Amino acid sequence: MLVVVLDSATPAVTAAVAAVRRDDVEILTLRVSVDARAHGELLAPAIQGVLADAGVKPGELAAVVAGLGPGPFTGLRVGLVTAAALGHSLGIPTYGVCSLDALGWGQPGTVLAATDARRKELYWAVYTDGERITGPAVDRPDEVAARAAAAGARRAVGEGAEKYELGLAADGPRYPVPEALAALAADRVRDRAPGEPLTPLYLRRPDATLPGQQRKSVLQ
Amino acid sequence: MKSEPLVLGIETSCDETGVGIVRGHTLLADAIASSVDEHARFGGVVPEVASRAHLEAMVPTMQRALDTAGVTLADVDAIAVTAGPGLAGALLVGVAAAKAYAVAADKPLYGVNHLAAHVAVDTLEHGPLPEPAVALLVSGGHSSLLLVDDLASGVTPLGNTIDDAAGEAFDKVARLLGLPFPGGPPIDRAAREGDPASISFPRGLTGPRDLERHRFDFSFSGLKTAVARWVEARQRAGEPVPVNDVAASFQEAVCDVLAAKAVDACRTSGVETLVIGGGVAANSRLRVVAEQRAAKYGITVRVPRPKLCTDNGAMVAALGSHLVAAGAQPSSLDLPADSAMPLTVVTG
Repeated sequence: MLVVVLDSATPAVTAAVAAVRRDDVEILTLRVSVDARAHGELLAPAIQGVLADAGVKPGELAAVVAGLGPGPFTGLRVGLVTAAALGHSLGIPTYGVCSLDALGWGQPGTVLAATDARRKELYWAVYTDGERITGPAVDRPDEVAARAAAAGARRAVGEGAEKYELGLAADGPRYPVPEALAALAADRVRDRAPGEPLTPLYLRRPDATLPGQQRKSVLQ
Repeated sequence: MKSEPLVLGIETSCDETGVGIVRGHTLLADAIASSVDEHARFGGVVPEVASRAHLEAMVPTMQRALDTAGVTLADVDAIAVTAGPGLAGALLVGVAAAKAYAVAADKPLYGVNHLAAHVAVDTLEHGPLPEPAVALLVSGGHSSLLLVDDLASGVTPLGNTIDDAAGEAFDKVARLLGLPFPGGPPIDRAAREGDPASISFPRGLTGPRDLERHRFDFSFSGLKTAVARWVEARQRAGEPVPVNDVAASFQEAVCDVLAAKAVDACRTSGVETLVIGGGVAANSRLRVVAEQRAAKYGITVRVPRPKLCTDNGAMVAALGSHLVAAGAQPSSLDLPADSAMPLTVVTG
């Protein structure tokens, strides 16, 4: 079964066509562009590109798999609205995967996965043998370091772990791994599970302040 | 006989998620999901709240539009989307969705200018627009006078607000008077019970020296302040504030300036058609004042019905349809959302 895989939760704008078979998952074609500010420009051409490279017509796709974040909101939404619209127009299910899970996937031992949340914070989760044991959450680097240590993390993966000193060696993938995204949704694809609404893992409330006292109606 | 193009339009530049479908100049569907209630307690549109709502509403709104029109995506000839101007994060949701629909259904994509779409929407109600025409676009985000030579290739900006947009002034004065957000409809209602001549509020940029430099520009910041000062003075004196009279006098000041400058622009440009669009065009008094002033000079005023004046997908589809008919070049898939898209650009 052919699926399109995409993730826009980090600066890596990722699109792939994957084959989900009974016993394995294979990435057939892949485009990754690292640019934190151009998700909206890069993603659609990348999807068209991976489909063309694979010689796959949109109508041949069985599902859309998308990283749900956490990630900076604007770029994250580009990926999720793209995935939702693809699924809608093709009449195929959409499946979400936590983007941090696609960093922790397949990592032996206990590892921290961390990506840049901007505002001097990190999105993070801790994995033991690929299974998430803590998170996802968004916190300051010192807090992340403390909680990752408490969870027993010995290593770190993800660009966030390179950006800040967390007391852990960062030696794994920097961005969500395309094969992991496909693998983490593979059972749902094979089972033809009902499609899921792609709800972003925002983890933060919108910035919005109620009007100040002095700006309220003067008639009250 | 080849039928007219079936065009789908997506609008997400502010707080309305709109999907419209037109065939030629015929409106088939105009589905809208608004997040306005979520913004009301903040007294204005919160960009992140709007963007989140667009993501949730996009697919359901698209499906409603398709159902209403009784068509499928495969039937559509082109997909148009607002590429700007507007809130960057909000625009991006619609642009990304439009691209995905275009890729999946293999349709040409047209990224269009939101303000030009506010002009084009009138063709759904009143048929092809005589060109050249003057357009007055007034909303919560814009207050512009444009010379429309050819909707398909570009419009010439004549003037703009130099501070607040007209709709913004309505919102701020409404808050001052304890009326709900958005301020346009409640002020319109209150004004009907008030005397528009009871208080003389200033008409921005209408003095002789202002007219030299800012003949077709607007300013509503001073008016808003004048209303605030007037209300405060009443309160200090311990007197009740006549809300209806303040609303009527404020609204009169706004409509007076908008209509006067729009008619002046028509006369200066030798144009006989004035189109009014944008949310403030739904104001009942603006329609009356503009028609009165324009009639003296034989100028025809075209104002679409209120639902088409506010942001919607139909206006985007209308402009898209015009572009398809004119043989315009589709946009490429790397089309950016341009929050400050200039008026001289109709397609991105």
